[in-house]
Amino acid sequence: MEHAIEMIGITKTFPGVVANDKVTLQVADNEIHALLGENGAGKSTLMSILFGAYNADSGTIRIHGKDVDIKDPNVATELGIGMVHQHFKLVHNYSVTENIVLGMEPRNRFGILNIGQAEKRVAQLSDTYGLQVDPTALVEDITVGAQQRVEILKTLYRNANIIIFDEPTAVLTPQEIDELMQIIRRLKAEGKTIVLITHKLKEIKAVADRCTVLRRGKYIGTVDVEDVSEQQLAEMMVGRAVQFEIEKSPAQIGEVVLSIQNLSVADQNGHVKVRDLSVEVHRGEIVGIAGVDGNGQTELLYGISGLSPVSSGTILLNGEDITHATIRKRIELGLGHIPEDRQKHGLISDFSISENCVLKNYYKAPYSNAYGLLDQTKMAEDAQALIEQFDIRAGQGSRTAAGSLSGGNQQKTIVAREIHLSPHAMLVAQPTRGLDVGAIEYIRQRILAERDKGRAILLISFELDEIMNLCDRIATISKGSIVGIFAQHEVTEREIGMMMAGSKRDGGNG
Amino acid sequence: MKPADTRESFTSRMLSSDGAVSVLVVLLGFLVGTILVALVGKNPLNMYKAIFQSLSGYNIDNGKMNVRYIGETLNYAVPFILCGFSMAFAARAGLFNIGGEGQYIMGLTVAQVIGLLGPNVPGLHWALAIIGAMLIGAACGGIVGILKAKYEVSEVVSTIMLNYVALYLSRIICLQLPGASTYKTANFPETALLSNGFFQAITNNSMLNNGFFLMGLAVVVYWFIMEKTNLGFGLRATGFNREAARCSGIPVVRSIAISMAIAGAFAGLAGGIVALGSFRYGRVLSGMDNYGFNGIAVALVGNNTAIGTMLAGFLFGMLKNAQALMQGKQIPKEITFIIQGLIVVFIALRSAIALYLAWRSKRQLQKEVLAK
Amino acid sequence: MNTLIGMIPSILMIVSPILITAVGGMICEKSGVVNIALEGLMGVGAFAAAATHVLLEATGLGMPSIWISLGIGALIGAAFSAIHALASINLNADQTISGTGINLLADGVTIFAAQILFSADRTREFKMGMQTDSLGIYPTAYIALVVVVAAWFILYKLPFGMHLRACGEHPHAADSVGINVKKIRYIAVLASGLLAGLAGGCIVLTQTIQYTSNTINGRGFIALAAVSFGRWRPIGVTFAAFLFGTAQAFAIIANNFPALRVLPTEVFNILPYVITLIALVVFSGKNYAPRASGKPYIKGAS
Repeated sequence: MEHAIEMIGITKTFPGVVANDKVTLQVADNEIHALLGENGAGKSTLMSILFGAYNADSGTIRIHGKDVDIKDPNVATELGIGMVHQHFKLVHNYSVTENIVLGMEPRNRFGILNIGQAEKRVAQLSDTYGLQVDPTALVEDITVGAQQRVEILKTLYRNANIIIFDEPTAVLTPQEIDELMQIIRRLKAEGKTIVLITHKLKEIKAVADRCTVLRRGKYIGTVDVEDVSEQQLAEMMVGRAVQFEIEKSPAQIGEVVLSIQNLSVADQNGHVKVRDLSVEVHRGEIVGIAGVDGNGQTELLYGISGLSPVSSGTILLNGEDITHATIRKRIELGLGHIPEDRQKHGLISDFSISENCVLKNYYKAPYSNAYGLLDQTKMAEDAQALIEQFDIRAGQGSRTAAGSLSGGNQQKTIVAREIHLSPHAMLVAQPTRGLDVGAIEYIRQRILAERDKGRAILLISFELDEIMNLCDRIATISKGSIVGIFAQHEVTEREIGMMMAGSKRDGGNG
Repeated sequence: MKPADTRESFTSRMLSSDGAVSVLVVLLGFLVGTILVALVGKNPLNMYKAIFQSLSGYNIDNGKMNVRYIGETLNYAVPFILCGFSMAFAARAGLFNIGGEGQYIMGLTVAQVIGLLGPNVPGLHWALAIIGAMLIGAACGGIVGILKAKYEVSEVVSTIMLNYVALYLSRIICLQLPGASTYKTANFPETALLSNGFFQAITNNSMLNNGFFLMGLAVVVYWFIMEKTNLGFGLRATGFNREAARCSGIPVVRSIAISMAIAGAFAGLAGGIVALGSFRYGRVLSGMDNYGFNGIAVALVGNNTAIGTMLAGFLFGMLKNAQALMQGKQIPKEITFIIQGLIVVFIALRSAIALYLAWRSKRQLQKEVLAK
Repeated sequence: MNTLIGMIPSILMIVSPILITAVGGMICEKSGVVNIALEGLMGVGAFAAAATHVLLEATGLGMPSIWISLGIGALIGAAFSAIHALASINLNADQTISGTGINLLADGVTIFAAQILFSADRTREFKMGMQTDSLGIYPTAYIALVVVVAAWFILYKLPFGMHLRACGEHPHAADSVGINVKKIRYIAVLASGLLAGLAGGCIVLTQTIQYTSNTINGRGFIALAAVSFGRWRPIGVTFAAFLFGTAQAFAIIANNFPALRVLPTEVFNILPYVITLIALVVFSGKNYAPRASGKPYIKGAS
């Protein structure tokens, strides 16, 4: 078969890490080829080299049999290679059309911009491929799904024949994911060659022809998707047998610990993101909030934790009203928080592990005395105990700077700190985002352990299987409101998916 | 290990040490300054002779020794060090305090006012003046801190505006003081002065005064607060990652305001010490003394640490003291401003060095992988 | 009312250099680089223009000397700004530190050069500066108008402008379509240096007779405030420059109102700074700044 893409012996290093180690990839013409690997396996790097964003240190690239040197994205574009990025590369205050034509704007004979002309071509492409967008809308005003369509149109406008999708479904509802799969099949029908970078096994099985697996920068193998199971793919990705489900003991549910009543929260720009939301979490249970990113989960946790002010509604912790309490007060009353963004909210990279462990209680005994003096020895001792208990790999023990830890160890540090504070209720957001499989297993087990100890846990996750696996009750959030709330055994993934997209299920009870 | 490897690791180690980089940057500044002096046809050696004399008191040309120069160098160092600490304190809390000049001026003004109008009680008089200077500096700093923390007003432009406001306000106030002419006021009563007879005796009548001790005290206080107290812990956390600090319950608006207030107090103290230590009468300012601005360079060179800032402050004090000597040897004193400016620009080297080291480690890794 | 109309030439004289500098600052920030060295760049431009003019005057060159001096001032400003460009774009330096360094450097270099050339801490006085036209308006006002219109046209009507604005909002997006972010930012920084140097020359040739360390006196920072207050758009920046410039002109204008002559001059000196400060506080619009402004652009997966 004729190969559309051949990447042979590609090596690429960054300071401190070998991202691609003599990797080989062969993609046939007009096929949908998946590139599978964990975070950090090197898939994005490899495709960035193909797209010209990086230059390989060594190796050869052939497009349709011809040797090429892809120095920069312009060369890639000329070769007909286009990339739909994971983090959209769109200018927020430009229109859809302006974003699509950026870098190759049509101009009139005086050299002045002629965007109107481009708008017509965009409308044409939109029709041909079934990608609905409003050419004049500002990117910041359209939905995430629409923004992704703009990214796709960018490649089609430049006559791409090879289209690379980088983790395209992370930000989509299950319905939008289905739509995207349709679009990809349609592109294949129109003769395009597709490379799909992903770590989602279901999607590979749904749409890909063949799949190449990378692990820690090295090429592992290529398979025909029909001939393998998800389990086999997972094992190739991780290198060992993987346990998908966690054993869970039956819940011992007690009284209400955390009560959210009719809560409304706005974001920084004043847009209401959480509307009149009510939910209760009991002792010893995990309540999960399922939903696609952008439906108010982030703002919900900001409101409960105190990071954002609440516009209306009440929050009660063990009966006490903390709706307008300071963050410190909430922590002192027993509210724990494992934040969504560990770099931004969870840890201070320049601080050591021992300093990070006392961020929430450094000012109290035993870490501070009555005169405000710190007891740094005690801080280090307790931190060392946590390091051992949670198996945190740190080069210099408790003095290691948090910024130099791996993602998994950073998350373990945060989890260790929160558990050590023995909170009554815990807010947990995206606890396993960006972690490798070993760390994921560990963190999930610790969360279940806390639930067994009697904590009330409110869990936000964008990964449906995490929600299904860990939670006792599951609520779905859509556009800032709870659409339905059920016990875990009462509902299927498909139903949750539909609720995430906004339709209410009949007979649901809040 | 081959000789090449050991040499490589030495350079890498040198470059990753902040102290070494500061020294390198200072040397580079002097080098360029030297070249500039030579280019305009003057003898750079004269510049170094002047610097040497200001540091040691020894005049190379005629072999005479005058300890007054040593005293003056130390005395000039005091406001540089304090303004350096003002900037460093704010920087450790994540803020860029360019308003040191205005805080200095207000401290100087209040000290002069209390000096001329306050109670002539020995011990109490100058103490009140100094405390007043610190308080007004703290107030100015605190306001800027609150504006930044609560209203997101950029401290860069707002503090520079305040610098000019302070200058003209100082003129308005000082022109109302007893005995005021266009450039000075009446003399201060003895009880207001910071002068120290002992120092004067051993340094041949330099202006070195009790402000020197106050500075020493301030340095210890700075280090102690920052490293050993929970106030300092909260401030450092806020400075490194404001959002994470907030998420952990640390009151960030309060921390930022306190940081800026303390920073302002340092600069105000500098103004008070200069007013009552180096002059016998109040001054009606016609321009800025520039200690506040130079404090920025001092803190950058000293990398915001206690020891580093002190050393950098002494360096700048030495340069300032050498200015008159340089003029005497036909070298424009502005060369010292140029050297200071170059040092700040070269501090940019710090990030370049990080880039260089990263590039080096990447090359190393590449070689290893391709060798397999 | 007549007195107000009579004040317009003075107001224009003072507003023009601030506006020219502010436009430069706006272009620079829209490309993603914060330039607080505008003050120092105005200073070196002013010094270069004053020095060139007084030297050329002595040769009896006449009127062309003014224009040559302005040109030299602009070029020197651009040359100095290259330092900032190198530091912030190639070396990923902290842009505030780099800018502050240039301000300190400019202070030193200008007076140092004056000492070498004129053996004094200021340039020698020149005999005749720029002349006004029949309406009493200096050519600098027309220069400022041209600068604003040209900037608007380039930024919003030409592809180059679209690329530049993209570099300031989302440099990774620009890079991914083949735009050379570093090159565009370099051009923007040099442009801001050119305009600031030009503005400095305008100040010294219209408002005084020599360059001293007090000539610029914070106007570079006022221009910077105008960019922020004007929300990084040409119309807003023009309005802001007029507001601040008028406040400055007040010191001169006050002489026309007997009631105000009682107040000490310092009160009028303070006015522009106080108004700028109040304007900043009341209208602080951080949300309008170009999103990527002030951060070094580092290639890599965003």
